[in-house]
Amino acid sequence: MAESSWLTKFPQMDRADLTGIRKSLDSAYRDFSREYGESIEAFFDPLLIFLVWFEKLLLATPWWLVIIVVTAIVYIACRSWKLCLGVVISFLAIGYFGMWENTMRTMSIITVCTLMAIALGIPIGIIMARSDKAQSVITPMLDVMQTMPAFVYLIPVVMLLGIGKIPGVIAVIIYAIPPVIRLTNLGIRLVDKEVLEAATAYGANSTQRLLGVQLPLAMPTIMAGINQTIMMALSMVVIASMIGVKGLGQPVLKSITNQYFTLGLFNGLAIVALAIIFDRVSQAYAKRSQRHMEGMQNG
Amino acid sequence: MAKPLIQIEGLYKVFGKQPKSVMPMVHAGQSKEQILADTGHTLGLKNINMTVNKGEIFVIMGLSGSGKSTLIRHFNRLIDPTEGVIKFEDIDVMKLPAKELEQFRRHKMSMVFQRFGLMPHRTVLENVSYGLSIQGVKKGVRLAKAKEWLDTVGLAGYESQYPAQLSGGQQQRVGLARALCTNAEILLMDEAFSALDPLIRSEMQDQLIELQDKLHKTIIFITHDLDEALRIGDRIAILKDGEMVQQGTPDEILLNPANDYVEAFVKDVNRARALTVENVMKPPSRRITADTIGEALEQMKIIKGDYGYYVNDDGYQGIVTQDTLEEACCENDSQKLGDEFLEELAGIAPGAILETVIPETLEAEYSLPVIDKDGNLKGELSRRSLADVLGDREKCEGNTKTAA
Ligand SMILES: Nc1ncnc2c1ncn2[C@@H]1O[C@H](COP(=O)(O)OP(=O)(O)OP(=O)(O)O)[C@@H](O)[C@H]1O
Ligand SMILES: [Mg+2]
Repeated sequence: MAESSWLTKFPQMDRADLTGIRKSLDSAYRDFSREYGESIEAFFDPLLIFLVWFEKLLLATPWWLVIIVVTAIVYIACRSWKLCLGVVISFLAIGYFGMWENTMRTMSIITVCTLMAIALGIPIGIIMARSDKAQSVITPMLDVMQTMPAFVYLIPVVMLLGIGKIPGVIAVIIYAIPPVIRLTNLGIRLVDKEVLEAATAYGANSTQRLLGVQLPLAMPTIMAGINQTIMMALSMVVIASMIGVKGLGQPVLKSITNQYFTLGLFNGLAIVALAIIFDRVSQAYAKRSQRHMEGMQNG
Repeated sequence: MAKPLIQIEGLYKVFGKQPKSVMPMVHAGQSKEQILADTGHTLGLKNINMTVNKGEIFVIMGLSGSGKSTLIRHFNRLIDPTEGVIKFEDIDVMKLPAKELEQFRRHKMSMVFQRFGLMPHRTVLENVSYGLSIQGVKKGVRLAKAKEWLDTVGLAGYESQYPAQLSGGQQQRVGLARALCTNAEILLMDEAFSALDPLIRSEMQDQLIELQDKLHKTIIFITHDLDEALRIGDRIAILKDGEMVQQGTPDEILLNPANDYVEAFVKDVNRARALTVENVMKPPSRRITADTIGEALEQMKIIKGDYGYYVNDDGYQGIVTQDTLEEACCENDSQKLGDEFLEELAGIAPGAILETVIPETLEAEYSLPVIDKDGNLKGELSRRSLADVLGDREKCEGNTKTAA
């Protein structure tokens, strides 16, 4: 009877074996995190110190100064009075509805995450663009990172580093880094072959080619990737708040569990406002840095 | 003869995953199509042997897909050959290590690209100075040099524009200025003028010839246009499906096409514009050197003609006809052959382009004498030899006209 049952029922692994595997893997990982958790935490210490310092800086700065500085940055990046006005109004509203501190916390963590994602993502993208082998190894990893539910990789991160800012930052980066990597790779691969050949023909070495031709020409694509990364990081804020990242995500989480609709809406809108500001600024900056392409549209 | 500047021997290029594995088939003489069908490899170049001399314009031509771009990219090793030797003076370019190859590219060769290959994110001036910036030349110095070359190619005032803001012809001038700016001794030009309209194109050709007269570079020039090749080339090599079918001077190729392929090429060319009088004239057979009329008549009998070109120690003097001589002879056949018996007939220069002498040749009653700078009789150009050379061309023009 046991012989034919696999036709109707999937020949599943023995339940005891399965539990055994789970247990041994879990305990192996637990041992690993007990053994190395501290040193890994120590490794991330500088990042934590910077994160805390940056958050404190934003919180300690008087609100009007923050608004002035942010507006100035926006103006320098995109020279648009309309956008600046929008920024001022959103910040005033955020402050008026009592979300100032959380917004500052979120802003600081997003800034740090974005910077980290760029600092890691662009070099990885460059490596991918240079070797087809690297590309074939990294692409499936990126696929996993983008599709694996965020909660799943929160678990090992929390096991390793506990609850707090650093695991939050790591989770956000894992979630948000794929677009920079992908689009850096794509941008470099799409650089006009003849332009690159010209550089080679004049004796440029690989560094001169990378810095003088490939990166500048891939910049519009890379900027699109950075923009995507920022958006994804912002959308991860709520999930990251589950592992103790303070900011706009926490009130949202609270309002989900307690069914406070208005609280959730307000904080959600604040996240949207931040997203729009980051998006417009990075896009306007990308456009302005590509002014030499203007002629191409005309003729 | 002087030693060649560049020498290519037994060059093969196979594109594909494992080029080496296909080489036995190539050596066995399998065709390009056969190899592609059997192995999926493309035979790009097959047994190329050529030499380029210092100071000449060497033109490589062939139809689309014949391997011109592939060949020119071997000179600075943008493409590595599957087999073969590339020598520059005594350097084996194939053996250069990476660092030295970079130096070689920086100082010995520069290149002009078919689709310009300008850097869209740099201004025109920065583009022109690109080669020098790679060499690490200081900014002030290189920009000043770049400005000079930009002026030379007639683009003063465009320094701070971006390439996208210029027309095609202007962009190619920038490409040319960039190539000249490094002062490399060899200029590689891959269909540099093909993307330009005919007017700008012939303007650029003139400019190149003019520059070459001043700079005496060694230029390797690619084109698929025989008229262009004949106009600027000192020597021409013709490629077909990756094989070199003929190498030679323009008139060798025009007058003695090696096979049907070259002939098909040559058929469409405007020979009147490509050939000079020297190429088609016949050796002088009607030379009259006599002192007296009687002797002159004797000479004319020997040449079996009714007129001749009178040449004395001072060179060509004019034409004498049997009729005038016979009239004079009745009176006194030992009379001196003086100016009064000569008819004036202006000679033509051996270096003149055929097209420019067509009207005179057709109008004249006699064959025209070809006279060099010092007044020596070099040959003669008859209406008939003109018709012979231009005949094919005329016929085919007639055909196209009736077709249209
Ligand atoms: N990277 C490559 N991979 C595979 N095949 C190639 C590659 N580059 C060139 N070829 C092949 O080599 C042959 C010659 O190409 P090449 O570009 O040298 O032609 P060309 O004479 O310059 O033509 P055109 O006048 O169109 O520029 C073609 O059959 C082409 O398919
Ligand atoms: Mg080509």
